[in-house]
Amino acid sequence: MAKHTLSVLVEDVPGVLTRVASLFARRAFNIHSLAVGPTEIEGISRMTVVVDAEGDSLEQVTKQLNKLINVIKIVELLPESSVQRDHIMVKVRADAATRLQVTQAAELFRASVIDVATDSLVIEATGNAAKIEALLSVLEPFGIREIVQAGTLAVGRGSKSMSDRALKSLSA
Amino acid sequence: MSNSTPANPASVAKSISRPKDAAAAVSSVVEASNPVQGPNNIVAPTQMTGSQAIVRSLEELGVKDVFGLPGGAILPTYDPLMDSTKVNHILVRHEQGAGHAAQGYAMVSGEVGVCIATSGPGATNLVTALADANMDSVPMVAITGQVNSAFIGSDAFQEADIVGITMPITKHAFLVTNPEDIPRVMASAFYLAQTGRPGPVLVDITKDAQTAQMTFSWPPKVDLPGYRVVTRGHNKQLREAAKLIAGATRPVLYVGGGVIKADAHEELKAFAEFINAPVVTTLTARGAFPDSHPQHVGMPGMHGAVSAVTALQQSDLLITLGARFDDRVTGVLSSFAPNAKVIHADIDPAEISKNRVADVPIVGSLDEIIPQLFEACQTRFETEPQQDLSNWWSLLDRLRETYPIGYTETHDGLSAPQHVIGRIGELTGPEGVYVAGVGQHQMWAAQFVKYERPRSWLNSAGLGTMGYSVPAAMGAKVAQPDRVVWAIDGDGCFQMTNQELATCVINNIPIKVAVINNSSLGMVRQWQTLFYDARYSNTDLNTGHGTARVPDFVKLADAYGCVGLRCERDEDIDATIQKALEINDRPVVIDFVVSADSMVWPMVPAGVSNDQIQIARGMTPEWEEED
Repeated sequence: MAKHTLSVLVEDVPGVLTRVASLFARRAFNIHSLAVGPTEIEGISRMTVVVDAEGDSLEQVTKQLNKLINVIKIVELLPESSVQRDHIMVKVRADAATRLQVTQAAELFRASVIDVATDSLVIEATGNAAKIEALLSVLEPFGIREIVQAGTLAVGRGSKSMSDRALKSLSA
Repeated sequence: MSNSTPANPASVAKSISRPKDAAAAVSSVVEASNPVQGPNNIVAPTQMTGSQAIVRSLEELGVKDVFGLPGGAILPTYDPLMDSTKVNHILVRHEQGAGHAAQGYAMVSGEVGVCIATSGPGATNLVTALADANMDSVPMVAITGQVNSAFIGSDAFQEADIVGITMPITKHAFLVTNPEDIPRVMASAFYLAQTGRPGPVLVDITKDAQTAQMTFSWPPKVDLPGYRVVTRGHNKQLREAAKLIAGATRPVLYVGGGVIKADAHEELKAFAEFINAPVVTTLTARGAFPDSHPQHVGMPGMHGAVSAVTALQQSDLLITLGARFDDRVTGVLSSFAPNAKVIHADIDPAEISKNRVADVPIVGSLDEIIPQLFEACQTRFETEPQQDLSNWWSLLDRLRETYPIGYTETHDGLSAPQHVIGRIGELTGPEGVYVAGVGQHQMWAAQFVKYERPRSWLNSAGLGTMGYSVPAAMGAKVAQPDRVVWAIDGDGCFQMTNQELATCVINNIPIKVAVINNSSLGMVRQWQTLFYDARYSNTDLNTGHGTARVPDFVKLADAYGCVGLRCERDEDIDATIQKALEINDRPVVIDFVVSADSMVWPMVPAGVSNDQIQIARGMTPEWEEED
């Protein structure tokens, strides 16, 4: 099944995440990643949901999402017309003997070291899914202790603003 | 799945943003009108408690009747409710009864039905009614008390997360913890319940929000940025639809309950007569088009008329109005109406192409779309005259004549339930309201009562809730006391909710209950007869002829203060019904003792194509060769 990235503008009210998540669950969609946060407009949050879905069922689940009273707008962000970024923190084994190698590897990926201990490093990286995957495969031989990853963030290319347009249609 | 045609991502994206974008482009969205129902009095800011605000909101919304049962967490609201001269509260005996009563009230009147319950078990007892209203798109508002906001999440006494429980079975659910929100939330709940695709809305209000002081003013501002309703059909789609209608040689108007919800039955009649297409009315649409009309070819579906089922199967164009291709109508979806193109008009964009892909989707309200379609067809027919439908009509006429809805006589000396139900309809007439439970008696009531007007047939179609009948009939009678209201119930269903007879007697709500007593869970028994070698596992209820009669329905009626009658012979049927029709000072319960062996026919067995419809056991119609 193909991955799709949905950007969902919602009212920032209690229960909205449950409503959205349970709709996906009810239709047996696998949510690959989910990121929720405030937007430039007070009271409106934006969810970026990456789901595995076929076209027809994606359309159906999107229509069902649109029926939720707290959902304001849904747009599918296509890879070619949007930028999409993952954010990761990795705790890697690194003692005096391997520390330099690990930090050099991180530099190659423009990742930064954000914590140092005698036997480990925490590396932070941002990038598309392929880059993150490549970084992990390079770090893997040193011994990965922990991975923490945020949901994919995505925004459409160009000057258009999804929330602008959503709000314009509201005041129309 | 992976072999299916990959969807064009661009088209998906477009359709994703269509529903709400379309709303912005169209001028006539519902928001343009006033979203607060009722007389819209101006109320200057006034200090009062949250409880008083709840009651005052109901009054300002124009609510006349509510059904409910008090308890700890809703007690503060019952106090000012006692003083209200505008809102009449009817005390039920079980909260489920309040829920179904609100449904019945809404279904006959078109107004929002209201029920009230306390927290915890009171609220969970409403769940079945809410799910039922959600499936059948019934406008209702449920108000529940909730424990003090400081106790939420602590497993307090009578605490249940009713907002969480009802999220998937309501149109929306609100939790109110701040009393200042009460007027706005109440107005929003009523607005959501009755606009767009109608449905149930729950308002859960904590006890501390009820007792605290607040400033009440009216009308409140309803602000629902994510809720938009498109009412007018898209012109391009309407032109496409008219083109298909002009070219169709076997069109069918596939009419669902949405036509009744939109009060579009007159528009439908005019349009149907203009295009001269056959009309089928689904289980929720009985009465949307008169049964006596020559273009009506019956109810489609699992127990539909041969003419209606065949009309859909052999159609080349389904003009679908407010229907949703339910599995009980389509049978096996892949073999349903295989040669038909589909026009699908519905107020809910999510229904379109959900089960059957629509060639022409039209989103909007049917009271606007049907006249628009009429106009579009008039225009189209000027340049492209409509195809001749006489071959189509002669086929359907032949089927109607050869395979009318009928039944076989019984062999055990007991009355045929179909005959009983048919006589109730004939002796009461088309102005009556007929409210069924779920099962065989429901199907017979759909088949053998003749419906001539909308809002005369109520049943639990989507959820299939046994026990719907008595409380829903009660609600219907409260909404329209001048109409004769029959609960046509089964002996199984009746035992689930008959406690509301007490409510009916005490509040002078003289409904008439016909218990079609075959002493068993009849529809389950029918399936056991047909598909389980007549092994009657747990379907015998011992209420009928030759049994211990537990309970004795006549004595039960008597105990409740109703008139109890029993009818065991064909020759007494008319006289018994007449007697019931003459009693209007209290409810009447008739125990119609009928044969347990009567079955609902025609039937499309589950899991097969509609082409396999059987008119009686093992008998399929003789199909004529297609031309």
